[in-house]
Amino acid sequence: MTFLELKDLRIHFPTDDGLVKSVDGLSFTLERGKTLGIVGESGSGKSVTSLGVLGLHKGGRAKISGEIWLDGEELVGASAEHVRKLRGKKMAMIFQDPLSAMHPYYTVGNQIIEAYRIHHDVSKKVARKHAIDMLARVGIPQPDRRVDSYPHEFSGGMRQRAMIAMALCCDPELLIADEPTTALDVTVQAQILDLMRDLQRDFNAALIIITHDLGVVAELSDDILVMYGGKCIEYGSAEDIFERPEHPYTWGLLGSMPRLDREPTERLLPIKGSPPSLINVPSGCAFHPRCPYAERTAGRSETEVPELLETAGGHRVRCHLPGERRRAIWEKEVMPNLEGTS
Amino acid sequence: MVTYIIRRLIAAVLMLVVVSIVTFSIFFVIPRLAGVTATDFANRYVGSKGATAETVAHLAEKLGFNDPLTVQYGRWVKGIVAGSEFDTGVSIEHCPAPCLGYSFITKTPVWPELLDRLPVTVSLALGASVIWLVAGVATGVLSALRRGSFFDRAAMGVALAGVSLPIFFTGMISLVYFSYKFGITVPGGTFVSFTESPVQWAYSLILPWITLAFLYAASYARLTRAGMLETMGEDYIRTARAKGLPESRVITKHGLRAALTPIVTIFGMDVGLLLGGAILTETTFSLPGVGRYAVQAISANDLPKIMGVVMLTACFVVVANLIVDLLYAVVDPRVRLG
Repeated sequence: MTFLELKDLRIHFPTDDGLVKSVDGLSFTLERGKTLGIVGESGSGKSVTSLGVLGLHKGGRAKISGEIWLDGEELVGASAEHVRKLRGKKMAMIFQDPLSAMHPYYTVGNQIIEAYRIHHDVSKKVARKHAIDMLARVGIPQPDRRVDSYPHEFSGGMRQRAMIAMALCCDPELLIADEPTTALDVTVQAQILDLMRDLQRDFNAALIIITHDLGVVAELSDDILVMYGGKCIEYGSAEDIFERPEHPYTWGLLGSMPRLDREPTERLLPIKGSPPSLINVPSGCAFHPRCPYAERTAGRSETEVPELLETAGGHRVRCHLPGERRRAIWEKEVMPNLEGTS
Repeated sequence: MVTYIIRRLIAAVLMLVVVSIVTFSIFFVIPRLAGVTATDFANRYVGSKGATAETVAHLAEKLGFNDPLTVQYGRWVKGIVAGSEFDTGVSIEHCPAPCLGYSFITKTPVWPELLDRLPVTVSLALGASVIWLVAGVATGVLSALRRGSFFDRAAMGVALAGVSLPIFFTGMISLVYFSYKFGITVPGGTFVSFTESPVQWAYSLILPWITLAFLYAASYARLTRAGMLETMGEDYIRTARAKGLPESRVITKHGLRAALTPIVTIFGMDVGLLLGGAILTETTFSLPGVGRYAVQAISANDLPKIMGVVMLTACFVVVANLIVDLLYAVVDPRVRLG
């Protein structure tokens, strides 16, 4: 049985200006011990998806449809109270900015103890011991002293470690990390990514990493899902995405990623235009106004929404260009530019 | 934490010194700059109608109005600390410490009179503050959690009315209906001290409490609502939910705690100010408190009494501020650093 499966998940928000289709028909699966990277620009629906899996849109204005199966249980139709009990225990989340994501008035220990005691009927003393163990586990020095510190007394990297300790304290089977390193210094980013990889192996958890940074997913992910305008536009193994990407948007992402093996004088290749409005999504393929190859589809990209079709071995792409055309463009036009002409 | 407390204490003492200088300036320096002479002062203070110019000049000399202002300030401060005597030429009036002034009109020191009236004002302020804090915060929280609902709109409508309606209006209306028409509450001018009968004390004050609390509860409800709406949108609230906390715990432990911090500050200031006399409420309900004392002193042009009330109020505000600062450090650990 698949551990986590999303089937045609749609999360729409009615607003005064119209319906915001933040997530529009998303499907994927994830097994224990595996890592899925979800990549996309701001507003592509990455975070909304993760909050949706945790059931944090329940009771709000969001209209949710589709299915979320977690370890044999369907969550979209489940009661808010039932999903709440799974939150923190079965599935946990690490947020982007640990300074604002931790309560400034309570000590780090207090917040971990609280998370642990909701799901475990233990004394404060036992929970405190567990909190100290968790802090030690994520590499915080002198955890028996730091447990009584406030978040503002920690450095950015230490705070993110504490956040991870809090997320892992109930031994969750699904861990979602939403831009876990974006707010951190580059040197600390690598440490946090290493830590997450080690902990995931120890806990055998399924991990979803949400980021706009392809470098982060390259480090950690088994599979990668590229989102654009609330839809999955390319899905495949990390190798597929980095070695044989097929969607023009993915090419754009790769081109806009700084790389050490490129000439320093070369300019990055940004994707022109800006992310689509989620209220007035462009007709046909949502990416067509920004796609340099749109005219090669003979107008189909402006009228027809492309299907997410499998090309080979689980690699799926949502694009009107025929497969061999895409591969030809990638090999002849895009890849040489990415690798530099030197 | 200890250094923080010491720093706040020193700041409070300095503040009191500044307050005394400002108060003294208002009553003695500014009139002097505006051309009021020493004999005018003597006339004003002792109210010696029909006395010869010579007598008044003699009196001004005796009371020290001719001395340099710094000497007069020093004498006034000394009076507060150690008590003082006033030689009116006819008799020597004794004013024991803390001498906030001596009224030559009623021939009484100000402080004991203030002490007499303080229980009324303290009863009024404390009782009302408990009511408005509980009612205002509860209304604000409910409004924030049900934003846009009928309850929210109705509560905010009433709050707007509460903020806009003056006490002499709401007080009069409630006196007319509850005391005189329905006879549920006591008529104005009734005050039973707490030591005499706690039940009668509360009964005699219930209408002034509610009237005064209504005004404040309205603004507290609006403040709490705004604070709560802001706090519930914070990232740490999302984290609390992601941990699987029940919503009630998210609201109270994580939301309300943070939203209440600014309320603590304003509450301290409001109570401090009210302890110096709720002028409108006491006047409307004819309660013999500090506020009413001030009004009577102003009507009688009795400057030492007015000055005494000003000093007392200022002290309450400074002390309230000190307490708020200390509380703040308890509530928000980040303050202890600064």
